[in-house]
Amino acid sequence: MTSAQETRTTQNAVPPIPPAKKKFELAYALRSNVVPLFFLVICVIGAYYSGLSLPFLLNEIVVRMARNSFLVISLIIPILAGMGLNFGIVLGAMAGQFAYFATVNWQIAGLWGFTLTCLLSFPLAVFFGWLTGKLFNSAKGKEMITGIILGFFANGVYQLINLYFMGNLIPIRVPEMLIPGGYGLRNTVDLKIMHYALDNLWKVRISIPGSIMPIVVPVVTLAVIALLCVGMHFLFKTKLGQEFRATGQNRHIAEVSGIQVDKIRILAIIFSTVLAAWGQIIFLQNIGNMNTYGAHVQVGTFAVAAILIGGASVSKATIGQALMGTLLFHTMFIVSPLAGKNLLGNVQVGEYFRVFVTYGVIGVALALHAWQGKAKRKT
Amino acid sequence: MAAYRLEMRDIQKEYFGNRVLKGVSIRVEPGKIYSIVGENGAGKSTLMNILFGMPVIHNTGGFSGEILMDGNPVRISSPQDAVDLGIGMVHQEFMLLPGFSIAENIKLNREITFPNMVSRLFGSRLQSLDIPAMRRDSRKALDRLGLSTLDEMLPVAGLPVGYMQFVEIAREIDKEKTKILVLDEPTAVLTESEAEVLLATMRRLAGEGISILFITHRLDEVLAVSEDITVLRDGEQVATLKTGEASVSRLAELMVGRKLEAVGCDACAPSPKGDKTLLKIEDLRVDMPGERVRGLDLDVYEGEILGVGGLAGHGKIGIANGVLGMYPAEGKLILDGKELPLNNALEALRSGMAFVSEDRRGVGLLLDESIETNMTVTAMQCQEKFLRRMGISLADGGAIRRHALKMIRDLDIRCTGPEQIVRRLSGGNQQKVCIAKAITLEPRLIFVSEPTRGIDVGAKKIVLDLLVRLNREMGVTVVITSSELAELRSICDRIAIIYNGKLEGVLPPDASDVDFGLLMAGEMSHSRKEAS
Ligand SMILES: Nc1ncnc2c1ncn2[C@@H]1O[C@H](COP(=O)(O)OP(=O)(O)OP(=O)(O)O)[C@@H](O)[C@H]1O
Ligand SMILES: [Mg+2]
Repeated sequence: MTSAQETRTTQNAVPPIPPAKKKFELAYALRSNVVPLFFLVICVIGAYYSGLSLPFLLNEIVVRMARNSFLVISLIIPILAGMGLNFGIVLGAMAGQFAYFATVNWQIAGLWGFTLTCLLSFPLAVFFGWLTGKLFNSAKGKEMITGIILGFFANGVYQLINLYFMGNLIPIRVPEMLIPGGYGLRNTVDLKIMHYALDNLWKVRISIPGSIMPIVVPVVTLAVIALLCVGMHFLFKTKLGQEFRATGQNRHIAEVSGIQVDKIRILAIIFSTVLAAWGQIIFLQNIGNMNTYGAHVQVGTFAVAAILIGGASVSKATIGQALMGTLLFHTMFIVSPLAGKNLLGNVQVGEYFRVFVTYGVIGVALALHAWQGKAKRKT
Repeated sequence: MAAYRLEMRDIQKEYFGNRVLKGVSIRVEPGKIYSIVGENGAGKSTLMNILFGMPVIHNTGGFSGEILMDGNPVRISSPQDAVDLGIGMVHQEFMLLPGFSIAENIKLNREITFPNMVSRLFGSRLQSLDIPAMRRDSRKALDRLGLSTLDEMLPVAGLPVGYMQFVEIAREIDKEKTKILVLDEPTAVLTESEAEVLLATMRRLAGEGISILFITHRLDEVLAVSEDITVLRDGEQVATLKTGEASVSRLAELMVGRKLEAVGCDACAPSPKGDKTLLKIEDLRVDMPGERVRGLDLDVYEGEILGVGGLAGHGKIGIANGVLGMYPAEGKLILDGKELPLNNALEALRSGMAFVSEDRRGVGLLLDESIETNMTVTAMQCQEKFLRRMGISLADGGAIRRHALKMIRDLDIRCTGPEQIVRRLSGGNQQKVCIAKAITLEPRLIFVSEPTRGIDVGAKKIVLDLLVRLNREMGVTVVITSSELAELRSICDRIAIIYNGKLEGVLPPDASDVDFGLLMAGEMSHSRKEAS
């Protein structure tokens, strides 16, 4: 052995890496939260110009958070599993609506009816999720566009069933549900018997000093959402959660380490679809009636827009982002028509802005994703 | 009767009609190290991928032949099957999730969990991760490899390649029921001292009864650790011998099928070296984890071949990465009298520099594009070469093809043709494409990091000779970073030794081993410090 080699082996084989300095940097925090901050500014300006009183605004926000958060949170798992924004939650919403048709048909009211609806929707949503997952597995890398198209296709089947089979093949006991001809569901199905089934269990009124109008908080609904958040957080910390994340980071490496990638992906979609079904059920019990042929149509786009506004991306999402996004997106919903009217003398402008933002945000997110994917392949 | 831990009998494999394994049989005894050697593209990785049930094998029509473990035939159709049978593998390319911490990667899909209320109802998949226990196990595995200073909670993204390799090995030695361990070129990205640590670990594991299948291009390593050696050439098993019967030259001959000349500059003309400084580096600081440069001053003369050596972790790798804008850097660069902006990769390329990174897989290639596209894409983008102007710029297919064919010939890239997609090349041949890509830029100054890593003995000479030819015939200035001192000494005019992120000294290639040893150990700085 030469002396050069000797000195070499006496060295420590691998020198230390000093731990990276972790300090809070304002500029970094701002940059990484630029999307929600932007919309926060818009919301504040909009709220100011809408002329709405604060108690009214807060009430509206609480109602809409309770109504929509569940649906938005249902998007998180597929994002973590690397499948992008699951536009397929439309099928989950359909599962929820089918379950409502059953319970309304049997005229089961109140909390019991609501619970039964949730239970009934479960096997349906699992089945729909399984189908969706199967489909996504044969269109890897194109899950989002596949999901959008699948939504259109499923809508067709849904219409067929509800327009021709209901009252025909599927007996309906409640005549008010049907179009006078004897078959086909009406445009709206009355959910009066389950209206506020969850929300009204326990409502707390918080009075604001200096205002007559109290803020009404549907405690149980919010508790259910909180429970979901805790559940999600718990899931991330389990073996299964780790498998979702591993699959999301790199399918190939996950597969090589023995994770059954295809199954994990289907499971992610099933979770998402079931949560969407329940989310839609919660949404509708608050509304009190169902637009039979329209209630589910926008579910995917609205939830997706909300989570993106909260700062999530096609490959990264947290519970906080989902909640923040729901808050901002729906605040915009509340204030933009009035702000548009007061600022520009036209309600339509506010409406237009809202629609523009919804689709614009989705478009930009998808474009960014495609662009990043390309950049990644290049380097 | 089950004297063999593993038998693979008459293994044959075709990729799209191309026969890459033509009946290979190996037998591995318990607790023995079995080496497989062969040129780039000989089929070594393919054989191991078959053993590990890799999806790429089964998506391309499977294979034929038999696999027996402890005398019983086994079916391995997925990596999970292989893991269940106690087979572990360190792949030629990295199999680490960049966003996970080291501990999470080591424990990937083998997480330690504890039951909770939910998991009692819905099954063990919902058990909670026991992060402290996972950290403890990872810590133990890392310590066994002599990496006691590496924090197991660091994310894998941004680690230098040598560390990543050790993390992969830590993952495999952490598996308790491993009976067969496959190591596909584990030492390719390691320095000699790191490789020593690994070889010692391998011997210890073999002593514990694990059979190891070892692939490497460093033939002395083969002779140092293994009992049995199989040589593959173009998918054919040309020889299987005991270490006692082998020598480096014999193995090399078997691999290539002809006698090899020694690597080095064959008494060619001296380099067109002038005294003009081409690149002046002043007080360069590069923030590359594990290879930090801490205030380096170095002059590169026009027309020379400058070697950069030093021990791992002292920053020799960081220099080229900093100059070419791959990692954040500070300091001053003066190229040919003009100051060059730092942290700007595009500008660096435009100013006539090129870089062959040590991390070929990470920053080198578009894996799903053809060989010719890979070779020419940077030149098209940065220098507008290979384009035809007809109102808009179009790629000039003919010129691209001619150039690609020339490169394939010059570098002896084993492929089916210039249209072949790069993913389907063997690891070593992918690296040759990286080198071709840099040369295509026709740079004035080329930085080459670890050019012969993972390249077989025959091709090694081709690559080094090519660098010398570039220098002599086209006057290209070459800065070559390498952990192999012998390689540097064979072709360089001057060799700069880096210690602790700074220039320790510059030596002529024929300086004595003692001088090199002293510089690498930082004796000069130490004595300077003492003097002051
Ligand atoms: N996915 C694939 N599709 C098609 N051909 C492939 C694929 N992977 C490898 N090959 C071909 O199989 C042959 C053997 O490749 P293999 O990766 O086994 O070589 P190797 O001996 O490991 O070489 P190296 O030392 O360069 O890693 C090569 O000719 C290669 O082009
Ligand atoms: Mg290989």
